[in-house]
Amino acid sequence: MLRLSWWKILSAVFLIYIFIAGFLIKVPKIGNLYETARNLFFHVPMWFAQLILITVSLIYSVLYLRKNDLKKDIFAAEFARTGIVFGTLGLITGAIWANYTWGAPWSNDPKQLGAAVALLIYLAYFVLRNSITDIDKRGRIAAVYNIFAYFIYVPMVMILPRLVESLHPGGKGVEGNPGLSGNDLDPTMRMVFWPGVIGWILLGVWITTLQIRLKLLEEKKLTA
Amino acid sequence: MKRIYRIIFSLFCMLLVLAGQAQETLQGNGKPEMAVGMRANGKIYVVVAVVVTILLGLFFYLVNLDKKISRLEKEAKG
Repeated sequence: MLRLSWWKILSAVFLIYIFIAGFLIKVPKIGNLYETARNLFFHVPMWFAQLILITVSLIYSVLYLRKNDLKKDIFAAEFARTGIVFGTLGLITGAIWANYTWGAPWSNDPKQLGAAVALLIYLAYFVLRNSITDIDKRGRIAAVYNIFAYFIYVPMVMILPRLVESLHPGGKGVEGNPGLSGNDLDPTMRMVFWPGVIGWILLGVWITTLQIRLKLLEEKKLTA
Repeated sequence: MKRIYRIIFSLFCMLLVLAGQAQETLQGNGKPEMAVGMRANGKIYVVVAVVVTILLGLFFYLVNLDKKISRLEKEAKG
C-alpha cells in the first residue's frame, strides 16, 4: 500500500497552484526586476525549505546524542542531504537571476559567498560522516559536527549578508538595490508565495522520508 | 490514489477555464486575431502548460517511488 498522507497531496496541490498562479498573476513593477519578480515563488522557497530541513536535521542530531538511537543518525543525515539539494538549487537559480539583474552570475556578493560557504560546510558533514566506518563513532562525530554546521549556516546565510552592503534583497540598502523587501510584496504575491513555501517544504520532507525508508531497509538487510 | 488523480484532474480543468477566460477578455481588443486561448498573453499559457506537465511528471515519479519502497517494506516485514 502506498503511504499517501494528506500532506503529500497538499504539497502537490500547492506546487501545482504556484506553478500556475506564479506565471499568471500580475506582479508589481519593482526596480529593474520586471517579470523576474516571479522568481520569488520559486527561488526563495528553496532557502525556506533548506532552512527547515536542516533544522529538522539538527533536532535529530541532538536527539541522537541524547538517546544514542542509530535511527536518529540516519534521519539527521537524510534531512541534511535533501537540504543540500535544495540549497544547491537555490544557489544556481540565484546565479541565473543575478546574471540578469546584477549583471553577472557571480559578483562575490556577501549573500552568495555566505550561501556557498554554508553549503560547503554541509558537504563537509557528509565527507566526515562517510569517512568513519565505526557506526557509533560515526553517529556521534557527525551529530556534533552537524550542530556546529547549523550554527555557522544561520549567520552565514541570514545574518552576515544583512549586516553588510549586499545587492541581495534584504541587504543593507544600497541606492538602486534591485530587490524585494517585505514591503514590496502585494497581497496577491503573498497569496502565491506562502503556499509555495509550504508546498516546497512538504516536497522536501516527502523526498527525505523516501530516502530514510530506503536507508532503513538497507540497514535491516545488513543486520538480518 | 484515486483521490490524487481527482485533484490533479480538477486542477487541469481549472487551467482550461483560465485559458478560456483569457480568450473572452482578449477578443476584439485590437490584439492579433490568433492571440486567443493558449496563444493569448504572449503565449505564457504554453509555458504554464509545460511547467505543470513537468511537475505532474515529477509527482507521478515520486508516487511510484513511494509505492515501490512501500512494497519493499512489506516484503521485509513478511
